[in-house]
Amino acid sequence: MSHVVIIGNGIAGITAARHIRKFSDNRITVISAENEYFFSRPALMYVYMGHMKFEHTQPYENSFWKKNRIELKQAYINIVDFKSKKLISAEGEEIVYDKLILATGSVTHFRGWKGQDLNGVQGLVAKQDLELLNNNSENLNHAVIVGGGLIGIELAEMLHTRNIEVTMLIRESHFWGSVLPIEEGKLISNHIEKRGINLVFETELAEIIPDSDNRVKSIKTTTGKHIDCQWVGIATGVKPNISFLKNTALETDLGILVNRNLATNIPDVYAIGDCAQQCEPIGHRKSVEAVWYTGRIMGETVAQTICGNPTAYNPSNWFNSAKFFDIEYQTYGWVFSKKKEGYSDFYWQDAKNERALHFQYETNSKKFIGINAFGIRLRHEIVDAWLTEKLPIEKVILQLQKANFDKEFSKKYLKKVQQAFQQSKFQKNLVDE
Amino acid sequence: MSRVQYNMALSGQPPQELNFWQKLFLVLGVLGLAILLLASFNLNFPNKPLWLSLSLTSISLGVIGFSWSIYGDKYKGVKNDGVWFKSLTSHGLWAWVFGVLITIFYVVLYFYPQYLGLNSEAENTGLVALFDPLSYALSGNPASQWFMYGTLYSLSILIFGIKFIWKYRHSRYEIIRTISVMFFQTAFAFIIPELMARLNGEHLQLPYYDLKSIWPLNYYNFEQYRIDGFLNSGAIGLALLIFGIISIFVITPILTYKYGKRWYCSWVCGCGGLAETAGDPFRHLSDKRQIAWKIERWVVHSVVVFVTLMTTAVIYSYLDYDTSKYWLNKDVFLGFVASILTLVFGWVMIFRRQELQEDARYGAIGYFVIIIGLIAIHFFWGNSLFLFQAETLRTTYAFLIGSVFSGVIGVGFYPIFGSRVWCRFGCPMAAVLGFQQRLFSKFRITTNGGQCISCGNCSTYCEMGIDVRAYAQKGENIIRSSCVGCGICAEVCPRGVLKLENDSPNGRINPKDVLLGNDVDLMNYVNQKK
Repeated sequence: MSHVVIIGNGIAGITAARHIRKFSDNRITVISAENEYFFSRPALMYVYMGHMKFEHTQPYENSFWKKNRIELKQAYINIVDFKSKKLISAEGEEIVYDKLILATGSVTHFRGWKGQDLNGVQGLVAKQDLELLNNNSENLNHAVIVGGGLIGIELAEMLHTRNIEVTMLIRESHFWGSVLPIEEGKLISNHIEKRGINLVFETELAEIIPDSDNRVKSIKTTTGKHIDCQWVGIATGVKPNISFLKNTALETDLGILVNRNLATNIPDVYAIGDCAQQCEPIGHRKSVEAVWYTGRIMGETVAQTICGNPTAYNPSNWFNSAKFFDIEYQTYGWVFSKKKEGYSDFYWQDAKNERALHFQYETNSKKFIGINAFGIRLRHEIVDAWLTEKLPIEKVILQLQKANFDKEFSKKYLKKVQQAFQQSKFQKNLVDE
Repeated sequence: MSRVQYNMALSGQPPQELNFWQKLFLVLGVLGLAILLLASFNLNFPNKPLWLSLSLTSISLGVIGFSWSIYGDKYKGVKNDGVWFKSLTSHGLWAWVFGVLITIFYVVLYFYPQYLGLNSEAENTGLVALFDPLSYALSGNPASQWFMYGTLYSLSILIFGIKFIWKYRHSRYEIIRTISVMFFQTAFAFIIPELMARLNGEHLQLPYYDLKSIWPLNYYNFEQYRIDGFLNSGAIGLALLIFGIISIFVITPILTYKYGKRWYCSWVCGCGGLAETAGDPFRHLSDKRQIAWKIERWVVHSVVVFVTLMTTAVIYSYLDYDTSKYWLNKDVFLGFVASILTLVFGWVMIFRRQELQEDARYGAIGYFVIIIGLIAIHFFWGNSLFLFQAETLRTTYAFLIGSVFSGVIGVGFYPIFGSRVWCRFGCPMAAVLGFQQRLFSKFRITTNGGQCISCGNCSTYCEMGIDVRAYAQKGENIIRSSCVGCGICAEVCPRGVLKLENDSPNGRINPKDVLLGNDVDLMNYVNQKK
């Protein structure tokens, strides 16, 4: 029986712990400085908005851990001594491991702006960030959010529920331009603006200007504009939380470098979740994936390896989802944000009802490679099968109904999508001739 | 570009304060209630129809106006902002005040109706008297405390139904379901029985019959006075009696097979109707702990055993020993009950063992308790002790379950335990339907592959206290006997993970990890090992 120590009790670390318990009798210790119990990070926003209490974000009852012999330790690890397999906490406590799993997650990516250390400048990743935001919200009238992505819109929605005026600085010409094609980017941008959020496009943060108390007074943008505000939210992405591992024998780049088995360059040391960086690329996936379910799959995978069944991290087709105020978004496979050689697309939208579908396929073979859905729920199982089979786009359109996952009695849009597709095909044929 | 509206107190604070319109409509509603309160303290209103209309109108306008002021200027979508910040909906002072007030109302209603002005000897006074004109207009009789209560109950479902529809107007499922609940309450529970009472006379002695209230929820449906009433009312009476019996044995199983128990619990039932409409602001207060689930299963199934024995004993008590007068005598009836139970029990044990798993033991305990009870009735009837017991059983049930549980605790404790305490822990009808739903139905809540982020909105807003997330995060379908199919989990899910649907019973229960996103080999390994 060996002692498996996991640093980080997020979805990756906790999934690893649960699965190691399922398949082995190892002693398991999970260390976290953030919170005693595992909670759902994406749910933090709902605590701020009053939809839930913090305890509701914890998926397991507190007795679960003891029952499953998973030891929880609240500590901040400062030093990892890989040679003698020893961790040293901020309080100086030593913890000896046989196998170590690093699941330390992400931190806000501050890009070195002038004034980024002022009071009232923060990101939203950890539970402590939420507490800070709650304190910062008092007497806050105008907030500026830097970055038009998932954390940016979450922050906007949160502050909006407390009647705080919000301005978002967005680098591209539309919301989440690095991921969304322009059509749906505009759709979401309109949706956000209608809720009363100010969007400033093609603009980035230049510097943050303090008042005499060392708090945020205003910001200056790259376009030279000054905006008065009392708070600045940094939502320009996250980066692996690995600063405490610098200057050790562990190989890192953006994150902790791992092979397909999620092993690092040091024996018996693994890295999973947001903090891991794949040496070998997997499909179109990024080398560092800060997504809930990839953390979960890495946890399941590394548990297999640790329990004597070496297994490669091999996620199947890409998928993800989010919600932008009242529009639900799901994506399966790849829909490229910018036109790509050799690929065609078909876009349908019902602007009034804020519904849209964006299909991507290979131009020559007509093989379906991805879909973005807005305001329409799709059945994961079905779309995943289409992607795996590389079904021709025509067949996908024909079978759309099979993938419908909307609530019963919902308005049906798929017939309209099919008609629009036939029409666009007809027009394309005319152009080709 | 539109600007943020500053209609709340301080910016940066959770919005708890009421704005001008909300205060105005709140005052209007409270004024309407004040008229009722003054009437209960025996203030004699000169023009009763006018004052009653005034009261009910201002209550209705208050609630509908308040709904408009909170939802009218908002976009369609989930409206749970600040739920856990508000005193009334988060166990704050207002929640306790409100809870105590409704509880007092229910205690008086059930046990001290004379304080509401009920008078069976002479003319009504007080609050009940205020409702006399309406009662005369509908049934031709003076009002009772139940008529007064029924009127207010139906009105609540109507006006809070409008509020609910406003709140969930992005969802056609919720809109249609709520219209259904509003219709069944107004027509079946309120108007039709009153009109039936109007028809009563020499040839027709129909008991008050809410057609949608089915045994065992309607635990008194087969008591002697009702059976006599049905049998003395010719073809109509017989038809109603037969309808009461086939609703249990034919209509209920068929509809539950096709749609799950939601066809009743959240589309038709009056208790469910009130919970879904007036109780909606309290739905998140249900207890989600495993221990609560354990208690729920013991308590609700004990109620089923209790009601079955009680009803059997009551019917047995007025049947004859002799078969020559009527084919249905005491022993034929007992044999009949025992056979039905044995058939159901046998079928479940043989064909549904897999699905039941450890619950099979509890089912067996329940079955044998009833059978022993039946045997006891057969052998020990006749000694005066047992004769007495049929009536004691009935009154105990009526007091404990019919009044205290369903009324005082069920509604009075809305702001403390949530809106479905009765449906979850006490209702024998829900338990019977749940049993069918679990073992013999096409209904399930399907989980959408690997999209769940374990946020917990579904579990938090489940009024039945089901930990929906526990299933969704594993990629399992939700097949729970207690699920009433209100659909709110699917509304509040931010990732489109949940869908209520009726589909083929095959593959409905998928207890393996079927999460998508993993390569197939890993999943095979996990599933085999389990």
